[in-house]
Amino acid sequence: MIQTATAEYQDQRLKRPFALHATKIEPLAQETQIKIATRGLNFYYDDQQALFDNNLEIAANQVTAIIGPSGCGKSTHLRTYNRIFELYRGQRVSGEVLLDGQNVLDSSCDVLELRRKVGMIFQKPTPFPMSVFDNIAYGLKQHYHINRSELRDRVEKALQQAALWDDVKDKLNQPGTALSGGQQQRLCIARAIAVEPEILLMDEPTSAIDPVATARIEELVDTLKEHYTIVIVTHNMQQAARISDYTAFFYKGEIIEFGATDKIFTNPDNTKTQDYITGRFG
Amino acid sequence: MKHRSLKYRRGVDMGIRLISSLAALFGMAMLGWILSIVILKGMPAINWEFFTELPAPPGMPGGGLANAILGTLLITLLAVLMGVPIGLAAGVWLAEFGQQSKTAEAIRFAANLLMGTPSIIIGVFVYVVIVMTTGHFSGISGAVALAIIMLPVVARTAEDMLALVPSALREAALALGVPRWKATLGIVFRSAKTGLLTGILLAVARVSGETAPLLFTSLNSPYWPESFKEPTANLTVTIFNYAMSPYEDWQTLAWGASLLIAGSVLGTTVISRGFLWYRSK
Repeated sequence: MIQTATAEYQDQRLKRPFALHATKIEPLAQETQIKIATRGLNFYYDDQQALFDNNLEIAANQVTAIIGPSGCGKSTHLRTYNRIFELYRGQRVSGEVLLDGQNVLDSSCDVLELRRKVGMIFQKPTPFPMSVFDNIAYGLKQHYHINRSELRDRVEKALQQAALWDDVKDKLNQPGTALSGGQQQRLCIARAIAVEPEILLMDEPTSAIDPVATARIEELVDTLKEHYTIVIVTHNMQQAARISDYTAFFYKGEIIEFGATDKIFTNPDNTKTQDYITGRFG
Repeated sequence: MKHRSLKYRRGVDMGIRLISSLAALFGMAMLGWILSIVILKGMPAINWEFFTELPAPPGMPGGGLANAILGTLLITLLAVLMGVPIGLAAGVWLAEFGQQSKTAEAIRFAANLLMGTPSIIIGVFVYVVIVMTTGHFSGISGAVALAIIMLPVVARTAEDMLALVPSALREAALALGVPRWKATLGIVFRSAKTGLLTGILLAVARVSGETAPLLFTSLNSPYWPESFKEPTANLTVTIFNYAMSPYEDWQTLAWGASLLIAGSVLGTTVISRGFLWYRSK
């Protein structure tokens, strides 16, 4: 399943500013359904290369965690999946991100529909400056022709799925920014799942939230994977171990090791991975 | 190692506090002084006729500045209609699309230069471009001059306010599959609305006291403003003319007009701030 080294790929590796790390990437088992696959993904901030030949496979309806020290390219990698990096000038990508076999980086891919299918949750909760109800309705109205009563039902359903309905059912008209941090983050999750995505990208979704709220979000992630494929970037290794099925370890823009979470955390093949998860660096 | 004297440090602290308090007080006092003189001298002019009647010829009792009040309102409104949309659009482009590109830097530099350009030069410019080509002074040329003065103020404050919107919010809207223009108008603008409105008010306040550009463009008129193609009465040029006239009742009217301008700028600022403060609660 993993692409073999091409001449161009060899060439790339010669230009690296640092020593090669022995990279071991297990392909997913044959019977696993692959939702997203990256092939030879490179990323550049202006002239600075940030990702080097990333090859990764994300299993459908599973939680895949991306771990690694700060600045190793975890978020950068994630941000190619919905092409959100395109907002900034000077950020470029090469390679492929295959969503159900279609390359989303191809110019023929409709970015608005891509982003409906691939939802994203950010580090800091980002409620829109409008009511709780309108926060959810905003995305829905972008993508669907929908009447008032159906809109109500869909908003309620999304809030229930995000385990937020009981907290906010009496304050749907209050501003979303008035909720607590944990509630705001669940509001963002509800907003993302309201448009019926297939994938949820979570970029350190609990790093700005207190431990109790973090636990609720972790539980939520566990129930959400029944319907959605989830990729979560996290700084918290316990979190990765608790909630993910697969783990990818990033270091300096490379994927050093990828495999079942149990294996990565108990018996990693690579010494770098071992050093990182035991807290020797990072 | 010797401890620094606590007494000395407290003394320095007290001294600096005193100086900065006095400086703040000085600023407030100047504002108070200006306002009190304008109110004292202007109040006698404020009566029903001031707002409803045309100016009387020198020597005749009574008369008001109704035409100048209306003219100033219309010229400013027209200037806002021209300057604000263009300024906002420019601010959006600078903050959202141009970002740090060379073109954007060049436009920013140009906007700063325009902001620093003395308003009399903008008046002369509009005089040459519009008044001379059309062959007469006109209200519309005055509005154009004021719009040019507003343009960089609106553009730069809009850019600054939009840049304050966290990029995470922008990304969150786009990540839902919302097109860029909708995310900008629906989310980013909404988030920055207090700042944007303040910027527009700042620009209005900046131009509502402008006299020099209107001297070359709208000129003045003793009649009701009937068409923007004619010289149009306005408060600031009226102040300029009446304050320098030898007639005491005209001078009083000039004070009244000063009071009206100062009061309305202050009033709109306070009211809109209050409104935004109430909304944000």
